[in-house]
Amino acid sequence: MTAPRTDEQARPWLPWRTSAVMLVPSLLLITMFLILPFVWTMVISLSNLQLLGDEAAAPQWVGLANYARLFNPDGWLSRGGFGWSLWVTFQFVIGSAIIGQAGLGLALAWALHGWRSPLRELVFSLAILAWILPDTVVAFAWFAVLNPGQGALNTALAWLGLGRPDWQLDYALLSVILFNTWRGAAFSMLLFSAALATIPPSYLEASTVAGASAWQRFRDIILPLLRAYIITDLLLVTLWTLNTFTPYLLTGGGPVERTELLSIYIYLTAFVPPFRFGQGAAISMVVLAFNLALGLCFLGYTRRNRVQV
Amino acid sequence: MIRLTAGLTLVSTVMIALAVAGCGSIAPVAPPPPAPPQAASPAAPTVAPAVPTAAAPAPTAAQPIPATPATEPVTIAINCGCAQGGDGDNSYRWLTEVVAPLYEGKMRQQGKNVRLAVIQGIVDDEALKQQYALDIKSGRGADILAFDGFWTPEFVAAGLLKPLDELAGPDVNAWEGWQHIPEPLQRVMGYRGRRYGLAEGTDARVLWYRKDIFKEVGLPEPWQPKSWDDIFAAARLIKGKRPDVTPLQVIGGTVNGEATTMQGWYPLLLGAGANVYDFETNEYMGGGQAVVDALTFYKRLYVDEQLGDARLQLVKGGREQSQRDFRDGKIAIYAEGDYLWRAVLAEGDTALPNKTALIGWAPMPAMAPAKGIRGQDWVTVSGGTGYVMNPNTAHPAETWAALATMFSKEALDAFQTIEPRLRVRDDVPVPNDPVMTGLAQKILPLTTTRPADPAYPAVSLAIQQATESVIAGDKTPQEAAAAYEKRLIEIVGADRVERSAP
Repeated sequence: MTAPRTDEQARPWLPWRTSAVMLVPSLLLITMFLILPFVWTMVISLSNLQLLGDEAAAPQWVGLANYARLFNPDGWLSRGGFGWSLWVTFQFVIGSAIIGQAGLGLALAWALHGWRSPLRELVFSLAILAWILPDTVVAFAWFAVLNPGQGALNTALAWLGLGRPDWQLDYALLSVILFNTWRGAAFSMLLFSAALATIPPSYLEASTVAGASAWQRFRDIILPLLRAYIITDLLLVTLWTLNTFTPYLLTGGGPVERTELLSIYIYLTAFVPPFRFGQGAAISMVVLAFNLALGLCFLGYTRRNRVQV
Repeated sequence: MIRLTAGLTLVSTVMIALAVAGCGSIAPVAPPPPAPPQAASPAAPTVAPAVPTAAAPAPTAAQPIPATPATEPVTIAINCGCAQGGDGDNSYRWLTEVVAPLYEGKMRQQGKNVRLAVIQGIVDDEALKQQYALDIKSGRGADILAFDGFWTPEFVAAGLLKPLDELAGPDVNAWEGWQHIPEPLQRVMGYRGRRYGLAEGTDARVLWYRKDIFKEVGLPEPWQPKSWDDIFAAARLIKGKRPDVTPLQVIGGTVNGEATTMQGWYPLLLGAGANVYDFETNEYMGGGQAVVDALTFYKRLYVDEQLGDARLQLVKGGREQSQRDFRDGKIAIYAEGDYLWRAVLAEGDTALPNKTALIGWAPMPAMAPAKGIRGQDWVTVSGGTGYVMNPNTAHPAETWAALATMFSKEALDAFQTIEPRLRVRDDVPVPNDPVMTGLAQKILPLTTTRPADPAYPAVSLAIQQATESVIAGDKTPQEAAAAYEKRLIEIVGADRVERSAP
């Protein structure tokens, strides 16, 4: 998308004609796989198209009715409504992306910073393993972990005398939050430990000599120096979490829409009977707008920062 | 700051890719943009030649059937929705051990080199339906598809199925089998008077119970509850004496899909004296007293008295788990179709070897005697599954010959030794299975069916949501009934809903 920046006065090392020709293949691909599907989705979001039934053979224009239904205040926040799904997604993103992945990743990176021990290697390896395993494999493993009777989690809890809660039924959203944290913390951890490595050790040593506590070192040295990394990481994990579909494999969006994230809401609208493509496309467009808004905020932030530096 | 630039590029790429990929996946399967009617016809042929427009022409337009050269080997594929050693093992054995040799032999006699390929695969019904719709829409799919009869109207309305005689010509109507298949059973895979496939048979819903548990807790056998209260009384007794057993399973919730509507909702609603659909007026019935009563049954069972396991209705895989729990004696009373008896407990890895000694059945009683639909004491509902012909088939004549072979007396007689059930043909003897004959004589005369209406699946989802909201304790039966009626009006329009109150 964004070409590497060149200074205004620098001469381009290719004539613009040649560059234009060389851009054509990528532009074609982008048009085919991004722009056309986007336009297409926008078009069907204005219709009542379904996969089956009368609306499949002869869909009708419904204007903005699909969008109006999404924001219909009547039942907006009740289960199965768009507002409800937004609220679930909000909790999921705060819980699993911001507190979970970014928070845990930073905590792990900071805790293991400067260590040279097998423990550090072990934690890193396990976290990365959780990150790179295929979704279906991970979902099966978590089924086993969350099983109320013989699951690993409840076996451990029972051993500690904490009972055997039914995670998938009574703590469904918490379960998928834990799941997504476990799944994605490795990325933040890697990013932050790479960033921590750029901080000159002398800063920390000097502050230790000056008598700063660990918290003070973290607050006054680490956080300010890592700020740009933290923003980047937050944006990335937020976007990924906003769009992740893997929790569907665990809960199917249930029980009773308790884990109906936006991505699952779209799927359940468009891809299970009665297959309402039009409505599903409308939700997709709104989600796309959220994603773009988030991205633009980030772009704005980095531009401002660049000017200061 | 170079890192930031790189991050920025990455971010924007990832962002747009993720966002658009999510939406974009809809596009490849969709037909051309909705256009005004006059523009629709020129656009249609560009999609896929096999997909007819909504206004499919009369039989005069039937294309000539391509004759297959005698030497060229032809494969007719059948998607059986079954798996060897698993769900549908009986059908798999029948198709591979009986139908394939019979069919290939017949074809050889006609000088044709044809092979029948059975494609296995089991997914849940909703996913299978999606797969079929996408397959057919994109001009692909097996020649013969195992199909649920109630899907037919939506597929036909979407232009994804064509009548058998339109595809395979006059051979179809000249087939000797039709005169042995009663008209109502021909309609199972039909819509608006046209036939799209053949049903394996019909089915019915009853209460199944564990004789061993009943004996242990001192309940009579044979057991026959005469009202819902009788069912609850038995369940309460079981709960008191066998607290480790789930006394009663009546399916509900959206995760269980159509099974909720068919195995759970219909028997309850019919028992409360109403139907989902009024076949006289072609209207859907709103959230009246019967809907409230049926929802109250769920509330009593899962919320008030907790005689059932709500988890099985709310967490994915509840129906499969129920079937296994019932087989293992962890559920005492179970409302299900005869599919449980003749297939689940009889085949593959879910089989129960001594089922006759362990399992009994009783007709589902109405809420109270004579309170059921049409004043009945007992209620049930029937559907049916079978096979349809894919309109994309390159060999319609051979495909029809395969269907005709499957539903020949010879093939169905042989099927009876694998899975005894009532077959569609009246010249195939009733099996020597007291449960199946009992169902045929006592239950089938009481039955009703789902509406053959393309809007029904959306209504069914609304029903599943109503049961779910009550089972989860989110709504009272009255609130759920009102929400159901509101949703009905959204789906089919106020003029096709019989309102519960003015």
